[in-house]
Parts: sequence; structure tokens; C-alpha cells
Amino acid sequence: MSFLWKSSIGRKLVMSVTGICFILFLLFHMAMNLVSIFSPAMYNVICTILGANWYTLIATGVLAAGFFIHILYAFYLTLQNRKARGVERYAAGQKNPGYVTWASKNMLVLGLIVLGGLLIHLFNFWAKMQLVEVLGGHENSLGFHPTNGAALILYTFSNIVYVIIYLIWLGALWFHMAHGFWSALQTIGWTNTVWLSRVKCLSTILATIICLGFAAVVVFYFAVSLGCGGACGL
Amino acid sequence: MSILDSKIPEGDVALKWSKHKSEIKVVSPANKRKLEVIIIGTGLGGGAAAAALGELGYNVKVFCISDSPRRAHSIAAQGGINAAKNYQNDNDSVYRLFYDTIKGGDYRAREANVYRLAEVSNNIIDQCVAQGVPFARDYGGLLDNRSFGGAQVSRTFYARGQTGQQLLLGAYAALNRQIAKGSVKSYPRHEMLDVVLVDGKAKGIIARDLTTGKIERFGAHAVVIASGGYGNVFFLSTNAMNSNGSAAWQVYKKGAMFANPCFTQIHPTCIPVHGTQQSKLTLMSESLRNDGRIWVPKKKEDVEKIRKKQIKPSQIAEEDRDYYLERRYPAFGNLVPRDVASRAAKERCDAGFGVNETGLAVFLDFKTSIERLGKNVIAERYGNLFQMYEKITDVNPYEEPMQIYPAVHYTMGGIWVDYNLMTTVPGLYAIGEANFSDHGANRLGASALMQGLADGYFVLPYTIGDYLAKMIQVPKTDTNSPEFEEAEKAVKAKIEKLMNINGQKSVDDIHKALGNIMWDNVGMARTKESLEKAIAEIPKLREEFWKNVRVPGSAEDFNQELEKALRLADFLELGELMARDALNRNESCGGHFREEYQTEEGETLRDDENYAYVAVWEYKGDGQAPELHKEDLKFEAIKIAQRNYKD
Amino acid sequence: MNLKLKIWRQKNAKEKGRMEDYTVENISPDTSFLEMLDILNNNLIHEGKEPIAFDHDCREGICGMCSLYINGRAHGPEDDITTCQLHMRRFKDGDTIYIEPWRSRAFPVIKDLVVDRSSYDKILQAGGFISVNTGGVPDGNAIPIPKPDAEESMDAAACIGCGACVATCKNGSAMLFVSARVSSLAKLPQGRVEAVRRAKAMVAKMDELGFGNCTNTTACEQECPKGISILHIARLNREFLSAKLKD
Repeated sequence: MSFLWKSSIGRKLVMSVTGICFILFLLFHMAMNLVSIFSPAMYNVICTILGANWYTLIATGVLAAGFFIHILYAFYLTLQNRKARGVERYAAGQKNPGYVTWASKNMLVLGLIVLGGLLIHLFNFWAKMQLVEVLGGHENSLGFHPTNGAALILYTFSNIVYVIIYLIWLGALWFHMAHGFWSALQTIGWTNTVWLSRVKCLSTILATIICLGFAAVVVFYFAVSLGCGGACGL
Repeated sequence: MSILDSKIPEGDVALKWSKHKSEIKVVSPANKRKLEVIIIGTGLGGGAAAAALGELGYNVKVFCISDSPRRAHSIAAQGGINAAKNYQNDNDSVYRLFYDTIKGGDYRAREANVYRLAEVSNNIIDQCVAQGVPFARDYGGLLDNRSFGGAQVSRTFYARGQTGQQLLLGAYAALNRQIAKGSVKSYPRHEMLDVVLVDGKAKGIIARDLTTGKIERFGAHAVVIASGGYGNVFFLSTNAMNSNGSAAWQVYKKGAMFANPCFTQIHPTCIPVHGTQQSKLTLMSESLRNDGRIWVPKKKEDVEKIRKKQIKPSQIAEEDRDYYLERRYPAFGNLVPRDVASRAAKERCDAGFGVNETGLAVFLDFKTSIERLGKNVIAERYGNLFQMYEKITDVNPYEEPMQIYPAVHYTMGGIWVDYNLMTTVPGLYAIGEANFSDHGANRLGASALMQGLADGYFVLPYTIGDYLAKMIQVPKTDTNSPEFEEAEKAVKAKIEKLMNINGQKSVDDIHKALGNIMWDNVGMARTKESLEKAIAEIPKLREEFWKNVRVPGSAEDFNQELEKALRLADFLELGELMARDALNRNESCGGHFREEYQTEEGETLRDDENYAYVAVWEYKGDGQAPELHKEDLKFEAIKIAQRNYKD
Repeated sequence: MNLKLKIWRQKNAKEKGRMEDYTVENISPDTSFLEMLDILNNNLIHEGKEPIAFDHDCREGICGMCSLYINGRAHGPEDDITTCQLHMRRFKDGDTIYIEPWRSRAFPVIKDLVVDRSSYDKILQAGGFISVNTGGVPDGNAIPIPKPDAEESMDAAACIGCGACVATCKNGSAMLFVSARVSSLAKLPQGRVEAVRRAKAMVAKMDELGFGNCTNTTACEQECPKGISILHIARLNREFLSAKLKD
């Protein structure tokens, strides 16, 4: 298995597989969030199910490890790629034609924005939910019960600053995924003459669905908070 | 007997090669490991030979001037490679390919060599398929063929318009395999500047490392010249910019004789010259003549209007077009051999029907074929050529006819070799375009690739064994011997002399002047007067070169001007020999057209009584006239006849 | 046409280079780009200066010798051609043109615009061949190959090894080049025999020579003068990964 770190295609495979796992996770997470729009109570039920159980904790651990590897490899690959580029840069810059997407050339930067957003998100939600449960607490720093996700959402997105941060985050995520998904399939070798354009299209659709789903929740709860002057509770 | 011993085996032409193979010596595997061979050039001939000799177990050193063996100019061959497979069931055979080649060469090639070439042609296709060359195929999965000039059968195998590239990549891959194994050592960006003889035998070379400028010595038991042709003597040609005749010329000056230097092929389908700032001419594949029809307007008024761009060529009505090849040569039509097509174009342009501003262009039209086959079929067959044409000229050949004009393309002449491909210097071989043997006075399309690979894969690896078998007791060549010392000194002195002239003219200035002399006097049509003029003018230009050229930079560095200057110094001598040879040959044959010797219809008029020989020139020293030797050509299998492409 | 040129000059691999300014005058739009450089060089020689070194040979877009990064693009502003096929009608009178060598760690500059691409040869030596000796092979028609496969193999085999893919890749990755060879042979029955070994050996050599990792920006296929598709990269990935998983 040493090719997973020794060979370039192996390293890219690791990036691809971890990346696809996140996309699947995000798809699930987004679907779950959408529930909160229709039924906050139902959403909280899901939050309870996904509390500090052994299975969710294992999943969280795997996810965290995957993330760690994805980021580690991203830095390693970028470092190697910069080295491969050589010392001199083109004086006239590089004017690649249109369809060399901006995202594909800025995956690390986009990834860093996504990572930044993630840290805020972990602080906003995970630290106030699953972490509290793990530590055995019954109330988080805001005074909510750790499984009361819906309240936490409303609380967070009543703050315009967070709304903007989250929307920027989702924007970066869109670019990252729009390139990342088809790129991952290409790296695994699952593209061909017929499927390359389809996979690229699917990639854009998938990224759009995921990001719109997440954004819908953010915007919906911001609107709710405006509706009750920021004073409504659940 | 003449000093030239062609070593042609006795017997029926069809059995000569088998008989010869069974009679020549072979070297045992254990002894092959002890023997070294130097190969100059990595085109189809050199690349294939290096790979094949490496596979056999010899220690091979292979040199090329480019940054990789894959750049050799064989790569630019577009149309295809001939073989007598008869896959089309059109009654092709080894004999027919042999006959077509001898006839195409206007009965000035050596029968035995050509028959052998036709014989091994089939092995080449098999070999290339096994190497993974993606030849064009039918829907049934079998190999496809197209037609080429000078043949009435369809025997040309092709890989789109990039056949030369694919065959070369095949040979290059085989070579790479040997390089990886260690049996071949590759020296890219190295140029051979002299061959070294020890006791009259070729024992090594002096080469310049083009990156560092270092002069180096390399020893071996035999040296093979596979450096291609010398068409760049004309400055403007379809040859690659770096193609040169220097390796061939150096061995000539060391005693290898030069055969038929005046036999130059002018290719009929090149993009016309656009101006004086041009450095290179571009060939459009002969395969275009499969589906393209060549014409000029019938009426002078139409010519005028086209030249002034008042009307488009496509607007000229069918009845006002003169499809002159179809008119003059009904049996072969647009597929007459290259020399015939070139001269016919020149004839029309000289008569005032040339269709561009310079009056030196004719049309190659695909209208009829597009109507018959549809644009898609034409695009599939020639798409890349059409694209290339449009990039260069800004004209879309799907809508308007192409403009073409003949240009220097290939040199049939070259180093004289015997049946074993050995030159008059023992241990020195010449293969591919660098030798003279297979194409006579004119080469048929798709036969150059065939000859390069035949020599490299299937002839030289056998025949060189006959010589090397005598070398098994000979130790590795000592490159510290006085012969190497002296050769290196001479090379360094020549370079120093060039670097110190510091004159007023650039290498290209003088090369262009030489090109003009050559094209005007030793080009498509030659006369006694023009050739005498060239023989008088070239030495003057040579003198000017050695007095007034400027080679900037340093010799101990990457220096492209120095490379060019060294090559031009040789062209300035070679050009004169070409003119001398053309003057000597008082007849017209194939690519050599002396205006004094033509039929009433303007066809070549051979003189078989007096000139059915190979003119072989021996170097006699600087400033001395070279000595002519003759190798008589005997036609036993084929009856010598006037070439006829009319019926 | 009159043009301003900014050209990279570098004495040799060790010394540092820099951009220098030149002008050329009265260039015909029908002149090719390299002929324009020939004219400039001829002028420089007459002025007693050292001409600009650049690689070129066939000038027909097939040998792969010419390179040049022109105004921020490999082989210049036009798609699907090499520098030698670029003509001056593509530029406007008075334009400033940047001319630089390929830039990649695996392609060190030899002089001015000339780079060393021998790493490509090394990759092919690692496995870019079918191991057959000369002679003793079956008849050419004994191995039928479906036309679409032969065509696809030919698509990949069109690679001229010029290095534009590496030069334009922000990662200095040679994946398009390597995949073209692997894919071309993998599509043919003759090449299948060694497909596994070939993919592994060539990728290992590519990595060893310091080329970067492909991130699927697709810049390579856009700049490839022969339009070689990144689908060949997908095939290489497939070949390589399935080979590794079988280990």
C-alpha cells in the first residue's frame, strides 16, 4: 500500500477518496439541515440520535481523520507541485484559456477558506452539541440543551456577521466541490469519452444542491430572526 | 574492373538476398558483446539499426543532433509506407513493387537492392504492427491502404497524416528499450564532425557536444552513417532546419565515394514561397493527390483576375479549368510520380498560368471529392493537413483550392554503398537517405520510410555481421591513437578558423545566396550553361564564406550559429559536386532534368547507352577536381524502357 | 508590422537570466513566428550581438523540437498548433510580445529559450515500448484491432513530446505526456501484454524525476498542440490503480 504516499497517483487517490467521503457527508448533513426548516422538532430528534453514541463517535473520528489526511496531503502535494514548477515564474503570467477553471487552480486557497469556515462551524455547533455531550454536560455555554440544534441554528444565524461568514464559506465550498468531485472521479479513473462531460455537469449540480441546501437553512433562519426581531426562542 | 565492387550476388534477382544471407558470416552472441558500433542519426534508418543491433547484443553508441532521438526528420513524413502485402487483392506482389520502384526511379537504381527492398517491405509492416504502430484500419479490424503516386495498386499503409511520426516512434520505442537495457548508449545533442580511420578502416568519430561545445572522441569497430539527405543545400527545402549533409560529406572527404549527387527530388505539393524572409518550405502530403485534382485556369484572363484577387478560384467554371495532369497522363492522372508532377507544374507556370502573385503556384482542388465522398470523409483522411494548410496560408481548403508549388524534398543521391550497404571505406556503412542505392533518379512516394526501416531493421543487422565477424579478435578502439589525435586537432582548427573570421555576413546570408545559385542553376531544370555558371559561382561564394562570415559567441558553449556555419561550409562544397555531377550526366532522368535532353512532349529523355551507370565521385583533395568512377547498371529482371504514365 | 519583443536571455544553466527588450520592423503578416525570430537573429548578428538560442527543427509542427511560452501561453495564443506553425498575422502592429522558455524544474534552461527535455526520454525508456525484438512477429493482419480502438490509440500517439503540457501546468506535472504513451499502447492488443508493468514503471520514473502531481486543471489538454485529451490521464490512472491493487 506504500503507493498511497509514495506515488503521485496514489497520493491523488487518497485526496479523491477522502474528498468524495466529505461530499457524501455534506450531502447527508445538508439533507438533515433542511429538516430544520420544515420541523425544528424533528431536527432535534435527529440531533439526539446523532449525539454521543458509539456509532456517531466512530463516524466523527473517521471523518476527522479523513479531514486531517486530506489537509495534510493537500499541503504536501502543493509543496511538491510548487517545487516541480521550478524557481522562475513566467514574466507574462499564465493566460490559460477560459475553460481552465479558476477553481481548479486555486484548490488550496479554497480549501483553506473551507477549513477556516469549518473551524468556526465546529466552534458554533459541534463544540456546543456533541462535544458537550461527550464531556457529560447537559447544557452548553449558551444555556441550550446539547441536542437542541434548532435553537442553536436560530441563535447563530440571527447574527448577520455569521450569516455573511457562512455564505462566503459556502461559496468557497461550492467552487471546491464543483472541481473536486469530477476531479476525484477522474483521478480514480472513472471518466471516459461519454462520461467526462456528464461527470463535470454532475459535479456542478451536486455542488450547487449541497451549497443551496445549506444556504437555504442559513437564510431561512436569518429571515425568521428578522421576523421576530431577534427575540424569538424555540 | 572498376574499383567499385558492388558485391551483388549472382543468380536470379528473386533469390539473391536469400542466397546472400546464407553465405555471409554471423557473429556469435558471446562475440557480439565485445563489438562496438557507432550510429550517426536516429531517424528510421539509424533508430531502427541501433535498436536491431542492440537487440542482437552489440554495444551500440547512437548520436543525434536534436535533444531526443525522436526528433529526427523521418518524423515529418506524412503519407505512408509501401509494402507488397497485396491485402487489397489488387494483384500486387514483390515483383510489382520492385518494378514500380525501378521504373519510378527512371531506371537508374540498382536492381538487386531494390528487389531486396521490395522483399523485406512486408516484414516492416508486421514489425511495426507488433511494436504498436497504430496504422489505419477498416471496420473489420484489418489494415487499410491508400494509393500513392507512381503505382496502380493500393499498397500504402498509413497512420492518418502522421505515418512517419508513428513509424519513428515505433523505432524510437525499440531504441528506448535497448537504452534501458544498456546495450545502446544514446548521445543526444551531439554532432559528428569527422570520421576516424585507422589502417584504412572506420574506427570511430570526433563529435561535438552541442550543449557544452566540448570536442569528444568515440571509438568502435564499425561506423554507420544514417544522417539523412542534403536537400538543405538549397536553403529553402522541406527538410528540417537542422537536416544537413555534413556527416556524409566528412566521410566523403575521408575516402567514401559519393554517388549520383545531382539526383534531387522536387516534391510537387508544397506550399508556395511567400517572400524573401522565408526560412523553410512546408510540404503537403502526396496522399492529397489521391483525392485532390490539380489544375490551372485555361484562360489567361482568369489567371490575371485570380492574381489580382478579383475572383475566387472556386468561381471558375469547370470547363475553364485545365486539369493538366489528367489531360497529359490519362492512365495515372493526378497520381503520376513526383518528378513528372513537378515538371508539369513548372511547365504550366512558365507558360504564364501560375495562380499566385509570384506566378509560381497551381491549384490542388478537393471540390470533386468533397461532392463525391462528403466533407466528413475528406476531413477524416486529411483533416490535419487541411488544418495545417489553413494555419499557414489563412485559406480554408474545404472551400477554396489549395495553392501548391514544387520544392526540394529528398536526395536520391548519397554515399555509394555496395550490396552490404558498406561504403568504399571498410567498416563504414551508410543507410537510409544517406546512401544512394534504392531510388535511382526519382523516389516514389511512401518509399523513403520503407527504405529507412528496411535498411535499419532487416538489412544492415545481417550484412554488418559479415564485416564484424572478422573483428572479433580486434580489441576496443583506442581513442588515444595518433589518428584520433590528428582528427581532433583538425576539427578544432576548423572551428577556431571559423570563429576568428569575424566578417560582415551571417551564415544565413551566405546560405541564402547558395540556395539561390542552386535553385536557379541546379534546380528543377538544368542546362549546360546553368551548371557551368553554378560551378563558377559556388567557389567564389565559398571563398567569401571563409573570408567574411561572422560566427558570434563562443565555441565552448551552446552555439547554434557555429553549428550552422560548420554545416554550411560542407554545403558549399557539396553544392559544387552536385553541379559537376549534373553537368556530367548528359541526359534527363527522373528528378534530373536537363533541358537539352527532352522529348517533344517535354518528358525526360534518357540516354541508356551512355548513362546507364551510377556516377560515383572520389574526393581528391581540397581544390582538386574529384574523380569520376562508374558503376554500370545491369537490368536483368526488368527490361529497360521509356517511362510511360500515359496508358 | 513593427513589434516590441521581451525575450528571456540566459547564458547557461548556472547563470541567472533576465528579460531583455528587442524590436523588429517591417515584418510581413505571412511570416511565421520563428521566421520573425530568424530575422531578429540575423539583425543581431549584423549588429555584432549574440543571437537568441531557441530550439526548432521541422517547422511543420511534428518534430516537437520547438517550444516557447509566448504572451503567457505555451506555443502562443492560438489553439492546437506548435510555435513553428504560428504566424505573425495573429499579432497586431505595435504589439509587445513576451517570449520565454518552458519553466519547470524537470526542464532546466540550457541557454536563452532552449531547455533540456531529456527527462521525457527517461520516462519512455522506463517502459514506453512493447518488448518485441526485430523479426519473428506475426503477420500484420493476424492481430485485428477494432477501428475505434486503433483510432483512440492514434489520438494518444499523436503526442510530439514538446513539453507544452508540463510548461503550462501549474504543478509541472507530466501526466498528459505519460498518459498519452500508456494509453496509446494500452488500447492495442499488442500493448496489453505489458500494460500493468508499463504503467507502474513509467509513473515511478515520472515521480522520481521531480514532475508535479496532476490536479486536473485541464490546462495541459488546452495547450497541447495535438489536442490530446485528459481522458488518457483517466485511463492511466485506471491502469495504474488497478495494477497497484493487484499487487
